[in-house]
Amino acid sequence: MGILPRGRVSIVMADIALKSSVKAPAREITAWDRLKVDRNWLGFWFMLPAAAFLILFLAYPLGLGIWLSFTDARLGRPGEFVGLENYDFLSDDPTFWLTVFNTILYTSVASTIKFAVGLYLALLLNERLPFKAIIRAVVLIPFIVPTVLSAIAFWWLFDPQFSIISWSLLKLGLITQSINFLGDPWNARWSVIFANIWRGVPFVAITLLAGLQTVSPSLYEAAVIDGATPWQRFRHITYPLLTPIIAVVMTFSVLFTFTDFQLIWVMTRGGPVNATHLMATFSYQRAIMSGYLGEGSAIATAMIPFLLAAILVSWFGLQRRKWQQGEEND
Amino acid sequence: MTLFTRRTLMQGGTAAAAAGALTGPALLDWAKAWAQAAPWKPEKGAKLSMLRWKYFVQSEDDAFVKLIDAFSKATGVPVQISRESYEDVQPKASVAANTGTGPDLFWGLYSLPHLFPQKCVDMSDVADYLGKKYGGWVDSAVKYGKSGNKWICIPICYSGNMINYRIEASTKAGFSKFPDKTDAFLEYAKAMKKNNTPGGFALGHASGDGNGWVHWCLWTHGGNTVDAKDKVIINSPETAKALEYAKQLYAEMIPGVAAWNDASNNKAFLAGEINWTDNGISIYVAAKKDATKKQIADDMDHSYWPVGPVGKPTELHLMYPVLAMTYTKYPQACKALMAFMLEADNFNPWIEAAQGYLTHCLNAYDKNPIWTADPKNKVFGEAAKRTLTAGGLGSVGEKAATAIADFVVLDMFANYCTGREDVKGAIAIADRQLKRIYR
Repeated sequence: MGILPRGRVSIVMADIALKSSVKAPAREITAWDRLKVDRNWLGFWFMLPAAAFLILFLAYPLGLGIWLSFTDARLGRPGEFVGLENYDFLSDDPTFWLTVFNTILYTSVASTIKFAVGLYLALLLNERLPFKAIIRAVVLIPFIVPTVLSAIAFWWLFDPQFSIISWSLLKLGLITQSINFLGDPWNARWSVIFANIWRGVPFVAITLLAGLQTVSPSLYEAAVIDGATPWQRFRHITYPLLTPIIAVVMTFSVLFTFTDFQLIWVMTRGGPVNATHLMATFSYQRAIMSGYLGEGSAIATAMIPFLLAAILVSWFGLQRRKWQQGEEND
Repeated sequence: MTLFTRRTLMQGGTAAAAAGALTGPALLDWAKAWAQAAPWKPEKGAKLSMLRWKYFVQSEDDAFVKLIDAFSKATGVPVQISRESYEDVQPKASVAANTGTGPDLFWGLYSLPHLFPQKCVDMSDVADYLGKKYGGWVDSAVKYGKSGNKWICIPICYSGNMINYRIEASTKAGFSKFPDKTDAFLEYAKAMKKNNTPGGFALGHASGDGNGWVHWCLWTHGGNTVDAKDKVIINSPETAKALEYAKQLYAEMIPGVAAWNDASNNKAFLAGEINWTDNGISIYVAAKKDATKKQIADDMDHSYWPVGPVGKPTELHLMYPVLAMTYTKYPQACKALMAFMLEADNFNPWIEAAQGYLTHCLNAYDKNPIWTADPKNKVFGEAAKRTLTAGGLGSVGEKAATAIADFVVLDMFANYCTGREDVKGAIAIADRQLKRIYR
């Protein structure tokens, strides 16, 4: 009792010194004065610019988007509150459900393959290879090329009349007529998924490679001495140590894929017969092209639960030591 | 984006000079005299910006650049032009209307101004002036130009969307000229496919060519999205008939049309892959310009659309209206520019330079030599008089614009032709969407 913590003592002493030397007119210390110097509030002050930025550019647009989805706003004029009317209309709009199906198919197939191919590439690149640096740089190329450019290239590759793929197969005598890549619903779906995978693999591969390089070689040496097979080494060393980064990479990958817009818009505009419309492109078409801002916002808002689920899975995973350090270590 | 400098004028000058128009000092003198006499005096310090659709025919843009430059010199109003792919003008204009900031003038597609009629500067005085001076507006332009009693835009021109076909292949299939009835057209498509010289219409989200042919098909069979009172009447036996016809036609088309956008048929026609399609005159212009495609240019011609059970033309040509936003600080300058664009000394050389791609909406321009210079241009000269308006029987307002922008009719045809839906299902989806748009 009676012993002040050191910090308090020095502040008190400084206060006394200040008062006695300057002889300033005595003034009440206001709550504001305290807030300015209080250490607990200091953190708040430092956080303020970042928070303002986030609120202005993330929370506000998000909130506005959700609000718009409850109105009948049109481009060029504010709307009135209509409750769940937009959602009600969408709930039995077959095109909307088709886009939900397309989006889930697109995301799950593309993400799975991107993960598998990316991991495989990362493992390969982690080996001793000649020209390793160059090969690693080359792998990144699809990721560096602007999406719109690669989408245009794929659009030509998959053109119903001028596809080089069809042309080559025709010349080889393997097919008798051009493959209808983007004109047939399922062909079109696989084509855009392929383009997405091509573009997304480098991100997964390079990030996982970074993760692989943090694994200590001594663990592998010890395992080799114990007679572990390459599979066992992967299963019990590489994989468990890589899980945190896998969780992060896959979350990002799933988020990017789920919200993809450019590839689809350039290659198919959602066609044929809406077979490749994703929720993002459909939302744009309804909100901006047709001017139904409210309905478009409702479609965009409907993406949020899916995205939240993806984030939660990874967050939950990151918190669990079981995921990070292997099965037994709960 | 192009800022008009002396250099861009020099570049544009050569093509326009070839068109035999007023050029150089003569044009400038005329423009100055016009600016003195015009009823609209630009505000002091006015400067304008315009977003226009990206040209398809280079010489058209050259002539346009020249015209704008003459305007700037005569009035002292600089005009900044940016160009966007024509289907991107609408979203940009919508956002500008919503936020109240952006280019002063938008030159877009179909009934764009009707998406936000209350944001458009009243152009009634300009429209009256031009109509009186140049033999009156064609009916369809009046419908596109007016919202209620006031003109909310100036319908600058149409872009005709007509049948393009190869002569030799058609003759070989037994058709000396392009069929003028829908039944004969189906026979034609069958014969052409049998000879391995098929054609095709875009069934993807192609704003111009796709919407053009499905609306023709719907209307010519007596189907309509709405009646004159904007009541949705898409669910009708006539619509079903139109769908059946389209499906038969689709079976005779080259594979892949469901993926086509507006550019696809141009590419395929110029590569000799298809032998009939619907398009503006741009395929012909491109073929004429390219020495290696001369054979295609010589062997192709244009035709009106075949007429179906309703017994009269039911074509849908692209309207290009220009509008001024109410947020502009210089409405008088906007009006002056619009009037200037359509004055004979400007407009005549300009549509000549467009080589048939653009069709006038003012009757006096029927006499422009472009329509007689080459017999293959002729059908395009009548686009404005033959076209129906977006929305068919119904109003041309924002609802019709929305239905076109959302590809309601196009998707209905695509849904049925590709086998995704049966007739009832395809119509039901369109019906539901239309009822929401027209509620």
